[in-house]
Amino acid sequence: MLHVQDIHFKYGDFPVLSGVSFSVGEGELCGLFGPNGSGKTTLFKCCLRFLRAEKGTVRICGEDISAHSIEQLARFIAYVPQEHKPPFPYLVREVVLMGRTPHLGGFFGVKRRDKEIAMDALAALDITEFADRPYNQLSGGQRQMVLMARAIAQDTPILFLDEPTSALDFQNQMRIWRIMRDVAEDGKTLLACSHDPNHVAWFCDRVVVVGEGAIVAEGEPKDVISEGVLEMIYRDACAVRTLKGVQMVMPRCVAERCGAQEILIPVGENVTGRMRADVDAES
Amino acid sequence: MTESTGFKQILINLGYDPVEGFGEGRKIAILAALAALLLVTACIAVVMGAYDITITDVYRTILVHLTFGDVAALPKLHNTIIWDIRVPRIILAISVGGALAIAGAVFQGVFRNPLVEPYILGVSSGAAFGAALGIVFPAVFFSIQISAFIFGALAVTLAYILARVRGETPIITLILAGVIIGSIFAALVSLLKYIANDTALREIVFWLMGGFYYATWNDVLLLTPAVIVSFAVLWGLGWKLNILSMGDEEARTLGVNPEKYKFVVIAFATAITAFAVSLVGIIAWVGLMMPHAARMILGPDNRFVIPASLMMGGCYLIVCDTLARTLTTAEIPVGILTSILGAPYLCYLLRHKGRVIFG
Repeated sequence: MLHVQDIHFKYGDFPVLSGVSFSVGEGELCGLFGPNGSGKTTLFKCCLRFLRAEKGTVRICGEDISAHSIEQLARFIAYVPQEHKPPFPYLVREVVLMGRTPHLGGFFGVKRRDKEIAMDALAALDITEFADRPYNQLSGGQRQMVLMARAIAQDTPILFLDEPTSALDFQNQMRIWRIMRDVAEDGKTLLACSHDPNHVAWFCDRVVVVGEGAIVAEGEPKDVISEGVLEMIYRDACAVRTLKGVQMVMPRCVAERCGAQEILIPVGENVTGRMRADVDAES
Repeated sequence: MTESTGFKQILINLGYDPVEGFGEGRKIAILAALAALLLVTACIAVVMGAYDITITDVYRTILVHLTFGDVAALPKLHNTIIWDIRVPRIILAISVGGALAIAGAVFQGVFRNPLVEPYILGVSSGAAFGAALGIVFPAVFFSIQISAFIFGALAVTLAYILARVRGETPIITLILAGVIIGSIFAALVSLLKYIANDTALREIVFWLMGGFYYATWNDVLLLTPAVIVSFAVLWGLGWKLNILSMGDEEARTLGVNPEKYKFVVIAFATAITAFAVSLVGIIAWVGLMMPHAARMILGPDNRFVIPASLMMGGCYLIVCDTLARTLTTAEIPVGILTSILGAPYLCYLLRHKGRVIFG
């Protein structure tokens, strides 16, 4: 679905990406994970063609994106930016209707069908009650939902999400991830930047870890979100444990504080971990 | 019956087709009301004037002209005052007010800033310089209007070129470039004022304040078609303008090429602004206030804001110009009136609606 091959990019003389390649399959929710300054955003912008990579190709649905116009590109890539306030108080339904723009023709182009799709997208996220409210007066979480609805209305096979949960509270973060899962179940492909290793581990089908302008690891979250990989990008900040089969990334100091407790078992060492815990408990 | 379905079909083709929860009927009704208001204002304004003519005489004169009747049979004085002075003046006021208000709406959308006015890229300073050149050196620059138009357009072109870096024109650099170019031309105007003799100086000052004193049918025939064409184009791009106001990156991902459309809308908006300014001088506030007022009534969707701005700008300038020519025996420059009436309005906006409109 999405094939990124050997992308190189420099800001002036400063190399940001050097030889990044990865791919995402159809219907997958893929997390793009990495520390600040690792080149995630730049990679994103190269894929969306905000920036022109000096070398390398990005292919979506088998087609090289550099061969397409902005108008054509918008029919197969939707982009969910980080929530922001536009200067004008557009109503929520108008913002969602903007997602239909690449499909419009004619004088204004807004057709009955487009309005229906916009309303359906609002209904799909269960935020129909916001339809008549000004978008820039909503809370951050609500605005992020509206932007998701807009991307759904855009009806593209692939969606790019730029840190969709970074400014939200826990409940809203989970809500957004659940929506992304639902969208992926509908057969769409999603690529989402995230800073939270837990979110990526819990919700993504696949994770691409970026560090210092190159891919550090790529694969299923249970393999990729490991102490070894996290050590490479965060040095010794993290520990990975499982709680009844669910992966948990936590600060190492916290893991050490309650390391003796039975329920916390280092990934990949289940048997020995449990045994050691048992021994610790007995002693 | 057929007529009403035909009208409905036009609305549907224009994209105003109602969908549950997406009603735009109220907004369409408001647009129609504004059009009616514009017509009524024009009809009232044409009756008012320094020379007393009865209402029946006024409308009879206009009717004869509209029906291609026997013009020679009319009293010559009435005919001159009504048909050669008042009517073109009112049409010119509508055209100028509409042009400035549409341009204001467009600039505010493109620059993503509700406090922008059409003169932001230096068109007024450029035009002022052109006009001043024409006034001080009449032998070289044979027409004040043409010279004002050329320099107004030149100022914006310079600002646009100055702001262009690596194939892109970021908003911030564009605004800064407009400020730079504007101040250069303003300085040049001051220089011309300094070297001008008394008569020329007086004329420059009057020109800068703006006014419709010399409105003729010729001006109307020049400006009005240009305004109508630009209005049609910009109205048609109304939805794209909404997308542009979300920012360049989002516009791109929504399939609107920001560079291309920014160029097109700025070009049209600048052309009508420069045209209007070159004919009547610098009239302040209309381009800032009217799009605001339109947004307060209709919301920020430019498919509605642009036509509403046109009609409200037209109304506002008719009112101001009618006051300008009837308040005192001598005429007051209309730019003074638009400012005096406009400033309190913006104060009101700032105090009462500031949070809603300015985020």
